[in-house]
Amino acid sequence: MTEAKATREGYGDALLELGKSNNDVVVVDADLGDSTKAETFGKQFPDRYFTAGIAEQDMIGIAAGLAVSGKIPFASTFAIFSERAFEFVRNIVARNNLNVKIAGSHAGIFTGEDGKSAQAIEDIAIYRALPNMIVIQPSDYIETKKAVHALAKYRGSSFMRLLRNPLPMIHNDNYKFEIGKGEILRKGKDAVIFATGTMVHESLKAAEILKEDKIDVYVVNMHTIKPIDEKLIVDLAKKTNLVITAEDHNIIGGLGSAVAEVLSENYPCLMKRIGMEDRYGESGKPAELYEKYGLSANKVAEKVKAFVKKK
Amino acid sequence: MDKKKLDELKKIANEIRKESIIMTHRAQSGHPGGSLSEADILAALYFYKLNVNPKKPDWEDRDRFVLSKGHACPAYYAALSMKGFFDKKKLEGFRKINSMLQGHPELSTPGVDFAGGSLGQGVCFANGLAIAGKLDKKNYKVYVLIGDGEAQEGSVWEAAMAASHHKLDNLVVILDKNQVQETGKTKDVMNIDPAADKWKAFGFEVFDINGHNMEEIVNTLDKADEVKGKPVMIVANTIKGKGVSFMELNHKFHGKAPDDEQFEKAMEELSKDD
Repeated sequence: MTEAKATREGYGDALLELGKSNNDVVVVDADLGDSTKAETFGKQFPDRYFTAGIAEQDMIGIAAGLAVSGKIPFASTFAIFSERAFEFVRNIVARNNLNVKIAGSHAGIFTGEDGKSAQAIEDIAIYRALPNMIVIQPSDYIETKKAVHALAKYRGSSFMRLLRNPLPMIHNDNYKFEIGKGEILRKGKDAVIFATGTMVHESLKAAEILKEDKIDVYVVNMHTIKPIDEKLIVDLAKKTNLVITAEDHNIIGGLGSAVAEVLSENYPCLMKRIGMEDRYGESGKPAELYEKYGLSANKVAEKVKAFVKKK
Repeated sequence: MDKKKLDELKKIANEIRKESIIMTHRAQSGHPGGSLSEADILAALYFYKLNVNPKKPDWEDRDRFVLSKGHACPAYYAALSMKGFFDKKKLEGFRKINSMLQGHPELSTPGVDFAGGSLGQGVCFANGLAIAGKLDKKNYKVYVLIGDGEAQEGSVWEAAMAASHHKLDNLVVILDKNQVQETGKTKDVMNIDPAADKWKAFGFEVFDINGHNMEEIVNTLDKADEVKGKPVMIVANTIKGKGVSFMELNHKFHGKAPDDEQFEKAMEELSKDD
């Protein structure tokens, strides 16, 4: 396994690659380029890197103006601060399906020490509710790079959720990323865990723990929350009849809701949503927070075990 | 500019006013007040200043026009149709179901460069257009029309700061300072004065003019071309509801259509100027 890296680093490195290959790629920043890693692009291509200052609404407006002018703008800030410009995103970007790629980093309680104010746990829910907007959360550095390249080719509005802290590599360079297609990382027969972002890692570890209890689970990486991979969700629900979702996000409105929407209309079955239970996080180390808020591999395994027994 | 051309522009402005009244009356919905105040500015832009081609609405070298005060689209739609972007018959569909002419502008309408409706967004968007113009070394200019109530939105000032920081001298913001907003006089709701000084302080070259004096409008639009290294603000002092006595400075006609009796009276008053 190669060294652990943050998905935000994948964002910066992929932007740099894109900058070299495509002159239309431009980046708009709101004074967080060092944190979102957009600066990696900015240092190399200062003429195509624009700061709006600490002004997220203007950042989105500028990105939209660049998009209608034929540019391929990426606009990045913390996920939480992108929410300040939500109505700009809704009325200028998504309403017109403009080709603006919003990247929101430092999402979830995984952000850690910065605490509640920085830990977006509602971003997936709000962006998912916008017609035209696709929502993606990669699970490691390599997947992020692939996702950024895929988004550069995609024509339309998108939100990509990025993470502050390093994560081990799940994927290698041969990995093929496809928007809207879930990725089965592990097969099982007793239940299926649809996970996104950090929770892909916790779910894979939980699956190992569950093996000792003779519980055998699918783990699926749902890097695209919208459009959600309906077929895969229904197929695996039919195989297992027990569905778990796992996300570092409120259990309201995120991946859990998206999966529940698909199942309730196509194949109603028992479901357990693992995530932030309608509460905010706090300061602390990510691992400590994951333990306290029930997102660690141990806690996921416990929850899945109790759920499987209930069946 | 010679008198004949000026008279022609004034006549166009009056036509725009009449169409605004007809459209809002027909729809029994829409925003007449801010349409009447901006009519002279739109006439000067579309029939004197803007380098646009109605046959090629997406022509990439065209000047851009961003109607940030999107609710004032009756006058805008009238101007676009008179310029030839679409058939005047389309005006009949204003605010009706399945119509091209929505209650607030959409990009799908020929000639429309910005989908407005939410205040405080146009200058931000125009910054992007202006930056793209510089990147592509194009000579087009970006004109934005904002309202004075709209200038209460903080995002307008975010955008003003950025326009000046990025030295967007291809950007001209026009403030339709019609003194009235939905619930009352702007100075009572939230005073934006001294407006000219504020824009000056934000780094704009500011022109303070009478927004109903056609000669002053066209001369100022020309003067704006000479400004280098910074964006331009034209404070156009106007009267909300201009041209219809009972609508002038009357906030009740911000977003209310004239009834039949008011319609007759308004058309009669506007026809006097023919």
